[in-house]
Amino acid sequence: MIDLSQTSSQTAQKSSTRKPFSLGKTTLTVVSVLTYMFLYIPIIILVLYSFTTDAFGARLTGFTLSWYEQLWRDQRLMGATLNTLYVAFVSMIVSTIIGTMTALALERFRFRGRAVYDAFLYLPVVIPEIVMALSLLAFFSFAFNLIRQLTGIQLRNGLATVIISHIAFSISFVVIVVRASLRGFDQRMEEAAYDLGANSWQTFWRITFPLILPGIIGGGLLAFTISLDDFIISFFTTGPGTSLLPVEVYSQVKRAVTPKINAISTLMLAVSMTLVVLSQVVQRPRT
Amino acid sequence: MAIETVPPPASHEALSQQRRARERLKVFGLVFPGLFWLTFFFALPLVVIFIYSFLTPGPRGDVVWIFTFDNYARLFTESLFVNAYIRSIWLGILTTVICLIIGYPLAVFIAQAPPRWRTILLFMVLIPFWTNFLVRTYAWMIILQNNGLINWIVTSLGFPRLSLMNTQTAVLIGLVYGELPFMVLPLYASIDRFDFTLMQAASDLGASKFRAFTRVMLPLTMPGIAAGSVLVFIPTVGQFVVSDLLGGAKVDMLGNLLQRLFTRANPPNWPLGSALALMFMLVLMILIVFYFRSTTEDDR
Repeated sequence: MIDLSQTSSQTAQKSSTRKPFSLGKTTLTVVSVLTYMFLYIPIIILVLYSFTTDAFGARLTGFTLSWYEQLWRDQRLMGATLNTLYVAFVSMIVSTIIGTMTALALERFRFRGRAVYDAFLYLPVVIPEIVMALSLLAFFSFAFNLIRQLTGIQLRNGLATVIISHIAFSISFVVIVVRASLRGFDQRMEEAAYDLGANSWQTFWRITFPLILPGIIGGGLLAFTISLDDFIISFFTTGPGTSLLPVEVYSQVKRAVTPKINAISTLMLAVSMTLVVLSQVVQRPRT
Repeated sequence: MAIETVPPPASHEALSQQRRARERLKVFGLVFPGLFWLTFFFALPLVVIFIYSFLTPGPRGDVVWIFTFDNYARLFTESLFVNAYIRSIWLGILTTVICLIIGYPLAVFIAQAPPRWRTILLFMVLIPFWTNFLVRTYAWMIILQNNGLINWIVTSLGFPRLSLMNTQTAVLIGLVYGELPFMVLPLYASIDRFDFTLMQAASDLGASKFRAFTRVMLPLTMPGIAAGSVLVFIPTVGQFVVSDLLGGAKVDMLGNLLQRLFTRANPPNWPLGSALALMFMLVLMILIVFYFRSTTEDDR
């Protein structure tokens, strides 16, 4: 094998007109650098303008931290931030567990109704988010009406309804990511474990789980991001008393562009980046 | 466990039956939580708006239990709705295509980078994605507004001020910016699995780079393209934040109409909103099924 590849690379060098294949490395690099600039320039501007003294947030007229001070005093915004992080965390945990279980069932077992369930799982991804949000709004109002008529208890939309909805939305995404990693590895390793006398529980925790862990973490991160990022479902399923950060930012942006919004955005960005780095550190020793 | 410790059974049938029962229990345990959650908090809500779409709107934003087809009739006769469909789908297609054109080279670049760099490069795509969608849209408001960055550059160079806000271009920029990572991730996943020596093989056999790309790489990475396109197209068409903030009221997409019918209209009209949401969903599903059919056929 080694000899063969050497001779072929030697003949390749002899013919000398042909280099190892690449899709035009230079062009690719330039295009990619431009794309990264496209991705980052708006964010850099956002961060820079959170320190400007210009109240309209349109010019860099000087450096100040007063916008950040104002944030700390804004009880509403702080409460909304905590709510959002809480919702994202709970939603991530639950949807990652449920999603991983579902992915395992679909990838490793044959059962009746599997194909139908498989198709059904794609629906939350395929259906526009706003349709799902509106249907949940209608559903909760319908269900709460029913509960009031049956028991006399009046339930209201709040954090619980947002969390329930975020989980319902995230499960399918986790399933897709975890399934991809279940398909991506050599299944003979699982068979080998069974052959060596391991039961399915041991095989899962010793073989499958470590191998698909990047996929599970990836799915979890996606679920967390979806929840943190989500405005539409939160907007329609939250109650009047409970504010979430995206909903709060939306109502402020609609009113006016101020560096205060830049400041809260910058903080969100810092939290996200810390989490990304953290997840990397956690992931490294395992893989 | 039980199977291993039990002494050899009388017949193979008993063993396989026992194993099958355990298998069934395992499957049930794994499937149940997901099935339960999605039935209650995904399928049932859709049933609720399906029922609502045939009811009569009440005077105070409530529903009256009188059966009617009026809601659907209005959807097909009022140009307000028809125009919103067409604009939404058109912007969705444009966004998807632009994301694909930008995202594919980026995904190839990341997949061909040295392994140590891949994770970092991928995370660099993800980081903007980790910031809130609203925040990202807001960042473009700062750049595009009348006294924003682009106009500062334009006027410094002596050109007249551009009005970029509240245009379709502004909405398109915001949509592409917001959805690009959704395209890059699945593309990367399938390009990463692609064996680049196949390209070498194709060129050894005399194919040009372009031909090798269209005949070998493109078909083999089609699952990634399909997944990315669907992941970009769906949220785009249902958007109302980007079109609301960057397009003003001038670039009305379906999402904007839906939001108004459910929350802002006075009084809210849930039955009409439900009918619109369901029709919208149905049209999209037909498009997606059609799209998946055509891509899988290409794969074969």
